[in-house]
Amino acid sequence: MDKTFTRTFTVVGNNFTDAGKVSTEIKMILKQLGINSTIIRRVAIASYESEMNVVMYANKADISLIVSPTEIQIVVEDTGPGIPDIELAMKEGFSTATTEMREMGFGAGMGLPNIKRNADIFNIESIMGKGTKLNITVSLN
Amino acid sequence: MMEEEFRSIRIEKEICHGCMSCMRICPTHAIRVHSNKASLIKELCIDCGECVRTCEYKAILPLTSSFSEFSKFKYTIALPSPVFYSQFGKEIQPGILLEALKKIGFDDAYDVACSSEAVSIALQEYLDSNEGPRPLISPYCPTILRLIQVRYPNLLENLIPIESPMEIAAREAKRKKMQELGLSEKEIGAIYITPCPAKMISILSPPRKKHSFLDGTIAISEIYPSILQAIPQITTKNDVKEVRGLGLGWPIVGGQVASLKAEECIAIGGINDCIRILEDIENGKLRDIQYIECHSCPNACVGGSLTIENQYIARGKVLKIVEKYGSQPCQEREYIRELYRRNFFSQLGKISASPIKPLDDDISKAIQKMKQKQKILDMLPKIDCGICGAPTCETFADDVIKGLTCADECIILTVKKFESMSGNLFETAQKHSRKIKSRWEDEKK
Repeated sequence: MDKTFTRTFTVVGNNFTDAGKVSTEIKMILKQLGINSTIIRRVAIASYESEMNVVMYANKADISLIVSPTEIQIVVEDTGPGIPDIELAMKEGFSTATTEMREMGFGAGMGLPNIKRNADIFNIESIMGKGTKLNITVSLN
Repeated sequence: MMEEEFRSIRIEKEICHGCMSCMRICPTHAIRVHSNKASLIKELCIDCGECVRTCEYKAILPLTSSFSEFSKFKYTIALPSPVFYSQFGKEIQPGILLEALKKIGFDDAYDVACSSEAVSIALQEYLDSNEGPRPLISPYCPTILRLIQVRYPNLLENLIPIESPMEIAAREAKRKKMQELGLSEKEIGAIYITPCPAKMISILSPPRKKHSFLDGTIAISEIYPSILQAIPQITTKNDVKEVRGLGLGWPIVGGQVASLKAEECIAIGGINDCIRILEDIENGKLRDIQYIECHSCPNACVGGSLTIENQYIARGKVLKIVEKYGSQPCQEREYIRELYRRNFFSQLGKISASPIKPLDDDISKAIQKMKQKQKILDMLPKIDCGICGAPTCETFADDVIKGLTCADECIILTVKKFESMSGNLFETAQKHSRKIKSRWEDEKK
């Protein structure tokens, strides 16, 4: 028997109106599963930042929530420009956001570092011109 | 022993028509309608009073006290919410209304707006001197407080631990009268004149599990007629106590923020907008905001379900009252700051979370149930028609998993099932009729 619960959401680039909806749904599911609230907050921040990255930079992405009795995984797989220098993108304060995005309160260069800070295991792969894949794991133990 | 859970409303089954308007409007999906009667899921209810407001048949009653309950006290003090001052004619000043409360049977009336002003000074001190998480959230709307306990336990640490004006006022009013009259605390009844049913809950089961200094609530709408009659009887209109201070602006959206000097404060009215903001805070947004004033009612307390005056007119009146009496402070700022330093405003105890019950306490079982729920949800039409007695297809799927209802209650699923069954029947009948026909035709040959 499969011990995991999986649900996949689609996020479309530039759709600022719906930004945040996936994180809200993810939180709702985790609350119903009885996950500890501190863990929910970490997952919420990580999934929200990922969702915002997709809205701001990618064309489209699938965000999957995978919950097992021992861990929560968020997998974000986007089709988009890719990240040319991952090491640089992981630096706090580094951002390629436009002035408009910054005026809306985004693009402080905290997105990826914030995701990493809230994850127990964090993986990022990116292919230029194709897209980026994030794998965020938060342990339940 | 299980502690009895009080909620601010009661559904009168005999009066209920099963019309579902309450079920549809409830922001936390706490109402179901089965066998044409509405029922409340207490642990989901946040006391917002939306159902009381929407019920055309007056089948949902707010929980307040009745006058007869107060006969057990030797001395009673009415503490009107500052909303009370906005319910009558423009020329009737707050002081007269305090006198009117004495005319209708209370031994004394005590102004709460002055405590609101004191609390706003305390809030200012807290904002200036505490680092902690941001944004800080105001804890004065009991519905928002309960919403955070139920849905956003993460944000309990963002609530400002400063006691509410109504509690401060009740404590001080009682203390003064105990000294003056030599009575014990129990002999004095402090009654809040309330614009909404949620305030009763903060008295009956205070969120911090401590004792409340208030002993009951009476709805503004309930005493309104007798106050109207009492006003003309007050002959000493010129020497009534003047009520003043910025606390008078507290019952409208932005009233708290206006009494603060902090920058980066926002004020929100309306339960659904509050939910959106709390979601954002939980996602780590709004960290540069210092203070958030949240009200469940779109127009804050002047729009409470137990008020009489139209909420927009009442809002206008509050603004006028503030213009007239708000500029003069009601107490010395330095004195209040000294009280703050002596923990005069500190709340006792911690607010506990009362999170939504998970599908199962065992995570493995909860995951399996979540998968079943998803399966059911995939079959459902997702049109939230409500005929099953649940407000949305999603809550219906929850109810099925919890064993509270069965999937057949969905009319669309049943019709589909019937369609496929009758489709088969029709096909079988056709098949048989073809068989008979061909045999009959065979026989004819």
